[in-house]
Amino acid sequence: MSRVTGQIAPGTALVVAVFVAAVPMPLLAQAAEGTVQMPMYGQFPYGGARFAIWIAAQVHLFFAAFVLGVPMFAVVAEAMGIFGQEPKYDKLAKEFTRLLLVSYSATAIWGAILAFGLITLYPGVWSYLAEIFAPSMWAYVGLFFFESFTLYLYYYGWERWSVGGAKLGHWTLGILLNVWGTAVMFIANSWLTYMMSPPADVTPDTSPAMVQFWSAFANATWMPINIHRVIANIVFGGAIVGGYAAYRFLLADNDDERAHYDWMGYVGNLIAIGALIVLPFAGYYLGREIYEFNQQMGITMMGGFMSWLWIIQAFLIGVLFLAGNYYLWVGMGRIPGATRFQPYTKWMLLVLVVGVIVWATPNTMIADRAELSAMGGSHHPFLGVLGVMSAKNTAVNLMILTTFLSFLLYRRANKRPTVTWARTGTQVQAALFVISAVIVLFYGIYGYFVTAIVRIGFSVYQVLAVLFAIIAVSAIDIRMMRRAESYGAIRWGQMPPRSQYALFILMVTFTWLMGLMGFARSGIRQHWHVWEVMRDTSEFAATPPLGYAAQVISICVLIFLGLVALIFWVGGLAEKPIVTPARKDALMGGEHATAAVAGD
Amino acid sequence: MRLWPSEPFGQTVAILAIAYLLIELGIPYIPPLFGLASAPAPDSVVFQYMLTVLMGVLIWVSDNEERWRAFKRPIQRVLVEEKRKPIRVALLVLVPVLVAFIAFDQARPSLSAPPSFRAIHPAPPGSMTFRDRTIPITGLENPLRHEGRLEAHYEEGKRIYYRNCLVCHGDLLDGQGPYGPAFNPAPLSFQDVGTIQQLTESYVFWRIAKGGAGLPNEGGPWNSAMPAWEEFLTEDEIWTVIIFLYEQADKTPRTWEEVAGSEGGPQ
Repeated sequence: MSRVTGQIAPGTALVVAVFVAAVPMPLLAQAAEGTVQMPMYGQFPYGGARFAIWIAAQVHLFFAAFVLGVPMFAVVAEAMGIFGQEPKYDKLAKEFTRLLLVSYSATAIWGAILAFGLITLYPGVWSYLAEIFAPSMWAYVGLFFFESFTLYLYYYGWERWSVGGAKLGHWTLGILLNVWGTAVMFIANSWLTYMMSPPADVTPDTSPAMVQFWSAFANATWMPINIHRVIANIVFGGAIVGGYAAYRFLLADNDDERAHYDWMGYVGNLIAIGALIVLPFAGYYLGREIYEFNQQMGITMMGGFMSWLWIIQAFLIGVLFLAGNYYLWVGMGRIPGATRFQPYTKWMLLVLVVGVIVWATPNTMIADRAELSAMGGSHHPFLGVLGVMSAKNTAVNLMILTTFLSFLLYRRANKRPTVTWARTGTQVQAALFVISAVIVLFYGIYGYFVTAIVRIGFSVYQVLAVLFAIIAVSAIDIRMMRRAESYGAIRWGQMPPRSQYALFILMVTFTWLMGLMGFARSGIRQHWHVWEVMRDTSEFAATPPLGYAAQVISICVLIFLGLVALIFWVGGLAEKPIVTPARKDALMGGEHATAAVAGD
Repeated sequence: MRLWPSEPFGQTVAILAIAYLLIELGIPYIPPLFGLASAPAPDSVVFQYMLTVLMGVLIWVSDNEERWRAFKRPIQRVLVEEKRKPIRVALLVLVPVLVAFIAFDQARPSLSAPPSFRAIHPAPPGSMTFRDRTIPITGLENPLRHEGRLEAHYEEGKRIYYRNCLVCHGDLLDGQGPYGPAFNPAPLSFQDVGTIQQLTESYVFWRIAKGGAGLPNEGGPWNSAMPAWEEFLTEDEIWTVIIFLYEQADKTPRTWEEVAGSEGGPQ
């Protein structure tokens, strides 16, 4: 089965253009006349065609997610620099964009590898999709052109258009970059979502030429995937930027650098965890749409053989929540006044640990014969209560609420409100937290006593309660902290090195998680290239076991992170080298001819 | 004697020990004190829970600089101080021995089958054939809920259940019938919150009609000994059994959501 899990982005576009224009159409015409036999599948010498296309698609997706996520917060950071009169945000935005520039090339290279892989290894599938989606492929090429040149103008024009109206024009370029990039992703998403959820009137006998373009393009899962990916790309971009900042922090050789990268790591973590908080809601929408499109697909995903991935996912997201909160709590050590909040962290940690335990409790447990016999089946008579959605929704909502509380305490750590209603405001905030938690718990418990159709509706109430608390508490806090007194400035840079490894954990875990859940989304098609329309008749038609999938995804993660490390290093080369006095002497013909230039 | 250690390292050990006891012994023995059924947690779950607790404890000892230094202090003392040399030597011997024992225990041949990694709900097809008749599963409801008297269907279902299903699924519908212990995996318990309550009646109809032999290739091996009951029972007989199962287990079947313009899906 092919694994077209990625949005086919830069580079792919050019290959698509060439291929669509030159190669397949004449061949298809000849094939129609019966003069050319079109092979359905090609061979790859190592690991097979599926292995090759899987690696290409997944690594391409990782890069594509990064280059689509980073511009979103680069442009926000630039806006904060412009409208908040904070030059450090402008510097941060430029540094984000520099990473983007190098990553863009890597995205294009992997896009080309994916496109060539599809053309040579899955020519039948490729021809089928190209015939339906040719107009969107041309649009893709056009948008890619605009995106590329907008990026070049955005980065290389940074210094030239740095003041007044020109700066606003430059910021507009950043917005345009996001518009083109998002449109490119939406187009590519239509191709892969069509493979998951083709329109109901498309059957195996329907000629691709007869498939209506728009109904294929705007298929049942297209918009849910678009929304989910936009948010996930922000999360992913934030995590990679956090990893970059941690890398630079650990290598920094002066306090200024440490302070800058400490702050950058904080911003990356804030973006990643902040967007992660809303990601489950988008995921829920996607899952619901998949269920509505096809019951079998939904059950395969949530209750069938893919269900184990959700347990792994729960555990990994638990790691993300724990690592994200840990980073904040350690960070409180460098904030004057934070000690007054530190006694609360152990209770928040307790909620998170219990939350992870509940969320990751499997419905059907891995057990040997004796254990199964003792349990009376693969459901545990007591812990089975934690294996259903009522318990899991409750756990994850309380974890989200707790993480938000961590952010709030971190934000308030060095501030003392001066408004007259500060005490009342804090009490209202506390009440909102408590009420929200009570609502979540109430519907979580009540869910066990109602029918499934009613229970599903409860999760909406739980989500709304949490979202309302987050929005209302934030609104009060922003108002309350205006003109607040400060206990002292945050001592940026004074973070213990172990905190930076939390950022690395976030980066690696996000990457791995993305690969795993991408496999779940793609794997639920099972032995179909296009669900119930085009059957996979290759030797790789069987859906791979989870162990094999985990290995392939781990290889993808290693390739991606290896290349990211290279990009980090290359990103550092672009900076001005630090010329040591010894090297200066050498350059000037002095004594210290062997001294080195210390670049970073 | 002071029961609770004053230093973070000792507290860490104490928390892990308490957590282990709660998971290993508390889960099987505490719920029955309150009239709730329970059983020992499988090793896989114990490992998962302990790993989570360990992560939590490590976060707790290291999220504060002072606590982190205090936590490391006894470790540093053991590694450096001369008077603690006996402990150091003992650890240098005991830790590798423990690792070797774990490695041996994992690698030694065993007669027991490896733990099963099984999904409980196979994915159903969109439609099925029942004695050469095609029946759509998606959107299908139990026709007998709108025909005749529910009590009569219940009684008929009960009669069929006791004649055909009892020996495996049990008198209490808990999967503990007389033949139940002979099967691995055990027959399904209909009392569990995670089983029939999560499913539409059409899904249960498909599972009963097709049995183990009709399960999809994906997600196997299913190792199900369930007969294909379509060979022995009529459509209506299967529907009556389904009514009996839900009524007797006091569960409500999952219903189909009405979605304008779509074929709908179970929620």
